[in-house]
Amino acid sequence: MEHIVIIGNGISGVTLARHVRKLSDKKITIISAETDFFFSRTALMYIYMGHMKFEHTQPYEDWFWKKNRIELKKGFVNKVETDTKTLHFAEGDTLQYDKLIIATGSKPNKFGWPGQDLKGTMGMYHKQDLETLEAHAPNNKVCKRAVIVGGGLIGIELAEMLNSRNIPVTFLVREDSFWNGVLPQGESEMINRHIKNHHIDLRLSTNLKAINSDENGNVKSVIIEETGEELECNVVGLTAGVTPNIDFIKDSGIELGRGVKVNRFLETNVPDIYSIGDCAEQHEAIGNRRPIEAVWYTGRMMGETLAQTICGNPTEYKPGHWFNSAKFLDIEYQTYGWVFGERGRPEYEKHFHWKHEDDTKCITVAYDKNTNEFLGINTFGIRMRHENFDKWLTEKRDVDYVMNHLSEANFDPEFYSRFETEILKAYTNQLQTA
Amino acid sequence: MSNKLNHSMSLAKPDALEISNKQKIALAAGVIGLFILVLALFNTSFPNKAVFLTLSLGLIIGGIVVYSRDAYLTKLEGIKNDGVWFKSISSRGVWGWIVGVILTTFYIVLYFFPKYLGLGSDGEANTGLISLFDPLSHLLSGRNASQWFVYGTLYTVAILAFGYKFMLKYRHNRYQQLRTVSVMFFQLGFAFLIPEFMYVMNNDLPYYDLKSIWPLNYYIFDEWSVNGFLSNGNIGIALLLFGIISIFVITPILTYKYGKRWYCSWVCGCGGLAETAGDSFRQLSSKKMSAWKLERWLIHTVLVFSIVMTVAMIYTYLGYDKNDFWLTRDVFISLVVGFLTLVFAAVMYFKRQELGKDAKYGAIGYFIVIALLLVMHFTGTTDHLFYIKAGALRSAYGIYIGSIFSGVIGTGFYPILGNRSWCRFGCPMAAILGFQQRLFSKFRITTNGGQCISCGNCSNSCEMGIDVRAYAQKGENIVRSSCVGCGVCSAVCPRGVLKLENDSMEGRINPTEILLGNDVDLMDLVNKK
Repeated sequence: MEHIVIIGNGISGVTLARHVRKLSDKKITIISAETDFFFSRTALMYIYMGHMKFEHTQPYEDWFWKKNRIELKKGFVNKVETDTKTLHFAEGDTLQYDKLIIATGSKPNKFGWPGQDLKGTMGMYHKQDLETLEAHAPNNKVCKRAVIVGGGLIGIELAEMLNSRNIPVTFLVREDSFWNGVLPQGESEMINRHIKNHHIDLRLSTNLKAINSDENGNVKSVIIEETGEELECNVVGLTAGVTPNIDFIKDSGIELGRGVKVNRFLETNVPDIYSIGDCAEQHEAIGNRRPIEAVWYTGRMMGETLAQTICGNPTEYKPGHWFNSAKFLDIEYQTYGWVFGERGRPEYEKHFHWKHEDDTKCITVAYDKNTNEFLGINTFGIRMRHENFDKWLTEKRDVDYVMNHLSEANFDPEFYSRFETEILKAYTNQLQTA
Repeated sequence: MSNKLNHSMSLAKPDALEISNKQKIALAAGVIGLFILVLALFNTSFPNKAVFLTLSLGLIIGGIVVYSRDAYLTKLEGIKNDGVWFKSISSRGVWGWIVGVILTTFYIVLYFFPKYLGLGSDGEANTGLISLFDPLSHLLSGRNASQWFVYGTLYTVAILAFGYKFMLKYRHNRYQQLRTVSVMFFQLGFAFLIPEFMYVMNNDLPYYDLKSIWPLNYYIFDEWSVNGFLSNGNIGIALLLFGIISIFVITPILTYKYGKRWYCSWVCGCGGLAETAGDSFRQLSSKKMSAWKLERWLIHTVLVFSIVMTVAMIYTYLGYDKNDFWLTRDVFISLVVGFLTLVFAAVMYFKRQELGKDAKYGAIGYFIVIALLLVMHFTGTTDHLFYIKAGALRSAYGIYIGSIFSGVIGTGFYPILGNRSWCRFGCPMAAILGFQQRLFSKFRITTNGGQCISCGNCSNSCEMGIDVRAYAQKGENIVRSSCVGCGVCSAVCPRGVLKLENDSMEGRINPTEILLGNDVDLMDLVNKK
C-alpha cells in the first residue's frame, strides 16, 4: 500500500489527507512538531482573548483521525533523504515514504533587528507563539506596554488581542498608512482611524531600530529608527510578514527559492515530492496572484487539487477568482476579484469608492476604465455574497451591471440597514461629474 | 501551555478581567436586592411589603442595567466575548457551580416544597418569600400570590433586565435586538400580564399563556383544563380551539416560512430566558458527536412520551356512549392513529431519500406509538390504562419531564450544561418544530462560498450544540432540526460566512467536497459525484 507522508498538519496538509482518504485506501501519515491535532491557526487570537479554549479551535474531534485511518505523528523532521525516501527526525527515528508532501507553512519574518530574539519578543503564527505571549503578557500588571512591529493582518490581530486584556499597545507601521500596500487609500485611512478609536497608539511611517534588554535578557524597551525615541515595554510582537518554513530541507536537493519551488501540478523537482500551502512557491505567478500565497484559502485549494494528482488524476492547480477576508478589530473585510492599492495598480484600473458617514463601512469597486469591465470589490463592514461576485467575474460583467445589482449580493444579517441605494446614487453622481 | 486557560478555580482571583468600580457598585446593589428576597424567605417581617418588594426588584433590575451599560457602552460596537472562558461564572468555575447549585435548589423547592417559600396552605395567609409578592399580586389580579406568581415575576424580571443587557451587547445587530424585544414583549404580556387580567375578567378560566403551545404546554388538554374551558361558554371554547389550531395550523405554516426560530427564539418563554439570562452560558453546550446522538434519542423519546401521555389523558375522560358527545373513545383513537399515519406516509413518500437511514428510526418510532395506542385501547378500563392507574402516566410526565427536566435540569444547570439543555434534549415542542424545519421549511443558514476559516467561533457560541463549523468549512448550508435561529453564529463569525435566510426549498441542502473559489473544472468533477 502506497504510503503518503505529509509534513505539516495545517489546513493544506489536512485538506489533502482528507481528500486522499475519500479517493483512495492509501496509507496516510501526517507529521507535526507543533501540536498533536489539527487546529485553526487563524483562531489563535481568540484563545488569548478568552472567546474560546484551544480545544475549540480544533475542527475535528480526536476520534476523527483514527476513524479515517489518518495516522498522526508528533515529531520534527530535520532531514529528508530523497534517494532512499527516508525522513529523519530530531528525536532520532526515521520514516519511509512513497510520496512526500511538504506543507510546513510559514514562520514570522525577522529582519535582523538588534535584540530580536530576547525574552518577550514573539511572532504570532505558531501555537508556541501564543504560549510565549501568555507567559509574558498575562495582564497589564506584568506587561505594562507592548510594541507591535509590522502593520499587516497579523499585527492588527495581535493589537486586538492585547487590547482585550487592557494592555497598552504601540503599533509601529513602516508604511504611511495601515496596510496600504494592499488597500486603497480611502480604506486604509478609515482603518487608521478605527485603530486609534480603540486607543491603540498607531505610529505610521515608523520603523524599529533596536530592542533593548534588561539584566535578565528580557525586553525592556524599543528604540525607534526615525526619532531615536525609547519606548519602555515588556513585549515586542514581530509581525512584519511571514516566510516559508523550509530550513529543514535546505540540503535535501529539493529546489528552493524563497519557498519550495513547484510547477502547476504542485510537484517539486524531485519525483514523488510535492509542496502545498504557505511554503510552496510557483515558478511563475498565476495571473495576479503572488508566487507564494500565504493564505488559508489557497492552502485549502492546493490540498483539494493535489489529492487528485496523488490519486491518479493529474490535475493542475488552477485557482478560480481571487477572494480573501479579514477582520480589523470590529470591521470585517472581504474582497472578491482584484482591487489594488496605490502600489502595483495597473494603469487601466479605476476605482469607485463609497464610505458611510459612520466611518466603519465602505466599499471600493475596481473596473477597467477602457472596457468598463468589473475587476473586483473590497467591502468593509458590509457582508457580501461570494457566489454572486464569482459569477459576475466569470461572466465579465461591466461595472454598471454590478452597481445596479449590488443588493443581490448583500449578505448582512436580516433587518440590517441597507446602503445599495445610497451607494448607487454616489456612483451615478461620480459618473456625472467625471 | 495547558489547554486549561481557566485559572478560575481560585476564588480570590476568579477573573482575568477586572471590573470597574461602577460595576462593583451595581453588583452590590443587585446583591442587596437579592438579599432582601433571602430575608423574606427567612420570614423577616417587613413593615411595608410593597415598598420592600419594589426596592428589591428595583435594586436587582437597576444593578443589571448599570452593570451592563458600563460593560458595553464604554466600548465601541462589536462582538463582546472577551474573557468569556476566563470568567469563573461562564466557564464552569467555582462561581458557575455555586450559581448552578443555588438555581437547582430553588427549582426543587419551588416544584416540590413550596411551603418552604411560605405558601399558605388550606386558606392560611402566605408567609415568607411568597407573602412579599402579595401586594403585586393583589394589584394585578386581586388575589394572594402563589409560588407560581413569585416564579413568574422573577422570571419576567430576569428576561427584561438581561434582555436589556443582551440588546446593549448586540447594539450593532438589528436581528438580535428585534428578537430580544420580541421575547421581552411575549414574556411580559402573554406569559405574565394577560393571564392575570384574564383571571380578573373571568376567574373560572384556567391559567392560559396563549403562546405556550401543546406539547410544551402539556396540561392544556388535562380534564380540569378542558372542563374549565368548556364551562366558560364561547370564550372558553375559543381559547381551546386556539390551542388546537396553534399546534396543527399556525405552527406548521410559520415554521415552513421562517423555520422554528419564529417560536424558539422570538416567542417562547423557555427560549426567552435562555437567550437573555442564559446568554452568558451559551458556549457551555457540548458540540461532541456523542452529545448529538444522545440529543436525538432523548428528545424524541420525550416526544413519544408526551404524545402517548396526552392521548391517554384525553382518552380517560372521553365517554363510550355516542349520545353523550360525538367525540367518543373509538372516534378519538381512530383520529389519532389516522393523523399519525397520514404524517408518517407523507414523510416517507416525499422525503424517503433525504432521510436515509434515519427513515428506519422514524418508522420504528411510528410503530411504537401506534402499538402503544392500540394496546391502550384494547386493554384500557375506565381507570386503568396500560394496566397502570389512569393519571399515573400524567403525573409521571409532570414530575419527570415538566418539572425535573425542564426546570431543575433545564434552567438550574445553565452554568454547567449551557442555556438550552431543555430545548435541546427535552422539549417535545422543539422536536415537532425541528422535524418540520428539517423537512419542510424555507429556513437555512447559508454558508458564504469558500470564506470559512474554521476558527470555531460559530460552533463555540451555538447554544444548541450544533457544530456549525463542520458545515461552514465544507461550504455547506446548515439545515438542522435543532437550530433555533438565534443568529449568534452569524454575528460572531469574523469572516461574514453565515446568514440566516428564508429562501426556496431547492438547493437548501447542498453538500460539497470542493469549495467555491477553486478550479471550476475540479469543482464540477468532484461535486457531481
